[in-house]
Amino acid sequence: MNQWKNFTKGFIKENPVFVLLLGMCPTLGTTGTAINGLGMGLATTFVLVMSNLVVSLIKNLIPDKVRIPAFIVVIATFVTIVEMVMQAYLPSLYESLGLFIPLIVVNCIVLGRAEAFASKNTITSSVIDGLGIGFGFAFALTILGSVRELLGSGKLFDITIYPEDYGMLVFILAPGAFIALGYIIALINRMNKKNA
Amino acid sequence: MEYIIIIISAILVNNIVLNQFLGVCPFLGVSKKIETAVGMTGAVAFVMVLATIVTFLIQHYILFPFGIGYLQTISFILVIASLVQLVEIVLKKVSPSLYQALGVFLPLITTNCAILGVAILVIQKEFNLMEGVVYAVANAVGFGLALIIFAGLREHTDMQNVPKGLKGVPIALISAGILAMAFMGFSGIV
Repeated sequence: MNQWKNFTKGFIKENPVFVLLLGMCPTLGTTGTAINGLGMGLATTFVLVMSNLVVSLIKNLIPDKVRIPAFIVVIATFVTIVEMVMQAYLPSLYESLGLFIPLIVVNCIVLGRAEAFASKNTITSSVIDGLGIGFGFAFALTILGSVRELLGSGKLFDITIYPEDYGMLVFILAPGAFIALGYIIALINRMNKKNA
Repeated sequence: MEYIIIIISAILVNNIVLNQFLGVCPFLGVSKKIETAVGMTGAVAFVMVLATIVTFLIQHYILFPFGIGYLQTISFILVIASLVQLVEIVLKKVSPSLYQALGVFLPLITTNCAILGVAILVIQKEFNLMEGVVYAVANAVGFGLALIIFAGLREHTDMQNVPKGLKGVPIALISAGILAMAFMGFSGIV
């Protein structure tokens, strides 16, 4: 039951994007379409789970003073793996995410979870925490990507909902990212307040 | 002439924050006051130029000759992290006044994706060292410009009567969106 709570907290209550406002760069930069947002979210989830796992395995071996550089090396290793696998098997997604794949290294969510959670908890709960936060991140990116894709080009996951001519192009471009995220956060804030 | 194109395109047309979405975290985090925005800009500019030079040398004299380009991400982030530490130590000794102004922002910079992003972009765009340095300086100026304008906007919106649900981050994001729209006006220049 406790582990379940540990898993679900990432979705709404402690959602890394909508509530904690972490990892803004990939959130805004890769959500031009729902597919890209989902791809970025899942890539980050993989890195998050694996780095949480490894960090919780080696937490007793690393001296306290050099723990941050050690965490960064662990994270960078998994980011490189993701980069190479994606380049080999999903070249089109790799192209459209571009620079933001190596930049998973500096995503504050990943380092934040390693430092705040995995370095203090058991292996199982670290992995579950990584999965929960990762899926929360992927969920947020997919929502933002869907909103932008639908408003901007009238499509959802590449399926046409209404003719593209009626779309508001600005939502696919840079300004739309900020504006759409702003309204989604306002909505989530309101929902959270009502629940409390 | 080429340098001018690089500069204008990095500052106005492809602004690093408003168009490329690099460095959005500090853009939202330290933009509540103009003073802190200026301090952050100084620290970013300093580290960005240094990091670009060092990573450029590493890429062209170590990674390419030995054919280990896939180690780019790991080596760059380690170099940047240690560089930030080094800058912090040196500044503390050499110029305490500058350290006082920039010191608080330095630890935050390691996880600033603008630094790593620019370092990787310089390699991807196949610039030479001089072009890379110009590109880094121009991006730092672009970052500063966006950050300082945005801080001014936020200081102003804080005084306004904003609808309850939009207070704080949402209204900041929406004004950033409108600012980005203004920067889109430059897109025909280069």
